Amino acid sequence: MTAITRNAGAQAGVDGFLACYDALKDALPGDPGVREKAAASFRLLGLPGGTAARRTEAWKYTSLRSVAETAFATRVERGFSIDLSASTATFSRFAAQAAFGPLARPDRDPMVALNTMLAEDGAVLHVPADTDGGVVRIDSDSHGPHAFHPRHAIRLEAGARLVVLETATGTGRYLHNAVTEIDVGAGAHLTHIRLQDESLDAFHFATIYADIADSGTYDGFSLVIGGRIARTEIHARLSGKNAVAHMNGAQLLTGNQHADFSSVVRHDAPHGSSRQTVKNVLGGRSRGVFQGRIEVARDAQKTDGYQMNQALLLSPDAEIDSKPELEIFADDVKCSHGATVGALDAEQLFYLRSRGVPEGEAQAMLVRAFLSDALDFVSDETIRSTLENSVGAWWERQAA
Amino acid sequence: MSTTAETIDAISTGYKWGFETDIEMDLAPKGLNEDIVRLISARKNEPDWLLEYRLKAFAAWQKMEEPDWARVAHPPIDYQDLHYYAAPKKKDGPKSLDEVDPELLKMYEKLGIPLKERAVLAGVVDDRPQIAVDAVFDSVSVATTYREALSKVGVIFCPISEAVRDHPDLVQQYLGSVVPVADNYFSALNAAVFTDGSFCYIPKGVRCPMELSTYFRINARNTGQFERTLIVAEAGAHVSYLEGCTAPQRDENQLHAAVVELIAMDDATIKYSTVQNWYPGDENGKGGIYNFVTKRGVCRGARSKISWTQVETGSAITWKYPSCVLIGEDSVGEFYSVAVTTHHQQADTGTKMIHIGKGSTSTIVSKGISAGKSNNTYRGLVRMLPSADGARNHTQCDSLLIGDTCGAHTVPYIESRNPSARVEHEATTSKIDEEKLFYCRQRGLTEEDAVNLIVNGFCKEVLKELPMEFAVEAQKLLAVSLEGSVG
Repeated sequence: MTAITRNAGAQAGVDGFLACYDALKDALPGDPGVREKAAASFRLLGLPGGTAARRTEAWKYTSLRSVAETAFATRVERGFSIDLSASTATFSRFAAQAAFGPLARPDRDPMVALNTMLAEDGAVLHVPADTDGGVVRIDSDSHGPHAFHPRHAIRLEAGARLVVLETATGTGRYLHNAVTEIDVGAGAHLTHIRLQDESLDAFHFATIYADIADSGTYDGFSLVIGGRIARTEIHARLSGKNAVAHMNGAQLLTGNQHADFSSVVRHDAPHGSSRQTVKNVLGGRSRGVFQGRIEVARDAQKTDGYQMNQALLLSPDAEIDSKPELEIFADDVKCSHGATVGALDAEQLFYLRSRGVPEGEAQAMLVRAFLSDALDFVSDETIRSTLENSVGAWWERQAA
Repeated sequence: MSTTAETIDAISTGYKWGFETDIEMDLAPKGLNEDIVRLISARKNEPDWLLEYRLKAFAAWQKMEEPDWARVAHPPIDYQDLHYYAAPKKKDGPKSLDEVDPELLKMYEKLGIPLKERAVLAGVVDDRPQIAVDAVFDSVSVATTYREALSKVGVIFCPISEAVRDHPDLVQQYLGSVVPVADNYFSALNAAVFTDGSFCYIPKGVRCPMELSTYFRINARNTGQFERTLIVAEAGAHVSYLEGCTAPQRDENQLHAAVVELIAMDDATIKYSTVQNWYPGDENGKGGIYNFVTKRGVCRGARSKISWTQVETGSAITWKYPSCVLIGEDSVGEFYSVAVTTHHQQADTGTKMIHIGKGSTSTIVSKGISAGKSNNTYRGLVRMLPSADGARNHTQCDSLLIGDTCGAHTVPYIESRNPSARVEHEATTSKIDEEKLFYCRQRGLTEEDAVNLIVNGFCKEVLKELPMEFAVEAQKLLAVSLEGSVG
């Protein structure tokens, strides 16, 4: 295996983040020991594709060279706003306590190391036992050449419920590098909807860690439309019996966008169920990446794991790279995955056109139908129509 | 827990083919350096270009690192602690079977290799299929039958060292053209030190009149075996090649790093079938063969076809990805695989289908069966390049787990850069259906027979791709491999 030559400009990027940490560290909230360790990990891990000495499997298809080569301004006040008008959840700011959760792995994930090293703020949400927390909105709108690393935490006690809707928008080139740690208590239910509609010049990374206790449910959906380089990375661990994880999503890309949807679901207890449907619709010269792994530990008997990943290539210059993985150590399980790649079906197009539907409309109709398998998992109608509107806007944009 | 799982490891079966033949060996000293490479080349009276090829490979190998991405674990291999050349001592090459060392013949008989002139399988009468055998005993081919019948139609089938001597232009033209010298760590090692293997050339428009077959054996202690196989099918040619392996029982792990290259021109078809039954190590994971093999075929011509079928039951570690590079328009690649792992075996195997030509199609069917404390991984790549208009791939990977101490893994990579190309992949993992077992048991089958029946059914899609005589052997092999793992 050949080592990737260290790139001077990219190394400068890594050094830049480290220098930023050195300048800020006395003012950063929270345990300095955690920060120091994260800095050491970041120094070691570098930015995959930019300065990492070796290619890592987790970043096989996504290079952070252009992130490393960008000079970002350092300090941002908050990086997000929160709307609690429809929620009873308790909110506090990460900046106030800066308690790092136990789930994130800065020692393994370079962007998480970077976040842990520099995180200044984030939303900390808590819903007490047997309480319906309603709907919380977390919005970030960036205009900058800055880098910000929000650190969110969501904790649902036993039997609690909550819906979180996150949106990310902005203009210009910036780095939004969020880490979210989620604790779903026994019988609790979290719906986590994310709409990533960042500036087409921005870098967006969201790493989500969720731990799900007995009969708890994590129901996640991410719609990815924006960003020059983006990655959604979800680590869900089903640590309790009968736990459920859904990690659905859709990525709609055009131009020279690159978006990576990577997930690892780990079944550690019996009778768990995980479901995943991820769709990619790729136009222009865009590149979509899907990496999904289902891990089943020895004790996780009666696990039911399902994963479907489909891509539509709308342009001859688009590319999809897909890697669905099964890693199974228990025998009494049902695990399956499927993947398909192709273009819009010529026969279906012909059928619609022969009935007088103009080509563009026929295409739009088929794309919407393709996406509906995934979007239908969003049960809240208001939220789903928000997402559908975004899909519509994306279609207009890519057709223009 | 199922009754199947409870009886895991209850019985352990010895390796049926574990015996060692005592023949005087001609051994090179242990270790690997430029002198050893030169010595191998000199022993085989090779031309300068081949020595240079070897030295280039050796230089590349020295700069490379052993790959670590496969899901296999083993103690570090000391490449300096191996003999890189071992040949049975003999004066001149045997002219006929009578001249072959009777010890060897006896061994082949034990293995059931049809080396005799009219090698026939039980149950087939008179207009029976004929099989040409190029038997490889350690590193040097000792007997080749049917040479004449083949040469009549212009087919060249001989040990590769002979081909270097008799058909140097052909060998020089194609050797390393599919698997370049520095393709990977093990192929570079092979290119530096390969001692023998088979060469097969089917001229234009010729349909090879019989199945070609090579039995490999690894015999001497501490010899790595580095086979090199090269098969060229000219336009319109057709050949079916069988490779089967057994190896004697021993404690030290043995390294095997073969390279197989296939080249198919316009309208040519190459069918390559393997039954791999090398010593897998004992029930405690001691011993066994390390099988690190590079197999690749290139469909150069339009409408050419390369089909890989493998039944992998042996070896302590398998690292093997028979691949197809589909350059020709409407060329076809196929991969059918059954991999069985028991005890402490580790298999990381799969395929690569690289679609370049318009309308190229590929099919992948992989069946993995894990039992005992083994790990069985399917790892595959399907890549559609921008030029592969209208290309198609369908992949089906199924894993069966027997017992709760084994692992089954699926790692497919799908990369597409052409919207008109279609890729479909599906994979499942499950255990033997209790209902199916119950159904068989209540009809009077023993648990073991029931499991064998179900496993054979699970593998049927692949086994039916094997030539008939291999299919029979493979079915038996599955049963023997799983003995003691079930019921």
